[in-house]
Amino acid sequence: MEFTTATFDAHVELLDDVTVFIEEKADLFGLDIKRKMGLLVAIEEAFVNVCNHAYPKGSGQVKFSCGWEGDLFVVEIADSGKPFDMLSLPEPDTTSDIMEREVGGLGVYFIRKFCDEIYYRRENENNIVRLVVRHRSGQE
Amino acid sequence: MDFQSRQENNVTVVTVSGRMDALTAPVFQDRMSGLIAVGDTVLVVDLALLEYISSAGLRSILTIAKALKSKGGQLIFVNVTGTVRDVFDMSGFGTIFPMHGSLADALGVLG
Repeated sequence: MEFTTATFDAHVELLDDVTVFIEEKADLFGLDIKRKMGLLVAIEEAFVNVCNHAYPKGSGQVKFSCGWEGDLFVVEIADSGKPFDMLSLPEPDTTSDIMEREVGGLGVYFIRKFCDEIYYRRENENNIVRLVVRHRSGQE
Repeated sequence: MDFQSRQENNVTVVTVSGRMDALTAPVFQDRMSGLIAVGDTVLVVDLALLEYISSAGLRSILTIAKALKSKGGQLIFVNVTGTVRDVFDMSGFGTIFPMHGSLADALGVLG
């Protein structure tokens, strides 16, 4: 699988640039609008997580690599921040009433829901999250 | 993201289109807070033209909902479809807020 790569400063203000990069590749791959929007939600949540948590003592970067093979579209998101496995987070509260509700943890929950496969690995002092979306869902 | 509001049958109808993400959700929150500040308590939000929402958008919606509830007001959503509907359903927002299939339905219920 050949990857196209782009590196961004870990600043939430750059979200549009990240989205444009991923969306362009998802369009080339031919992801339908519904699956593409889901993937973009997952990408935003992952990017914002890195921006807010990976570099508490300063600034850093996030590298996005994406490519596809067969019916799999793959995005890898790498940062050199503190070790953090988002997959270790507990499931969020999705049942409380309005006044008791907090929105913490929903970002990672959406990543899980909108991607067909998610992997985390720590490699060369980097956190690497690998998101996989299929061209079509298994049921279709 | 584009935000518009108007009065219909003494109800404030808000139309949000485009994408509500980490960059645009604060704009939604500010505009909604502005409406609450001038005394609007029943806000019907039409999401027919919203194609995208992330957890940042939900956070803003929740902040607004709490502010409204503490004033005895109400937040109602209409035309929630596609990926936005998925996000509402996954997060449970689809059950904690009144949701209607059309603006006419919502206005009818509000009388």
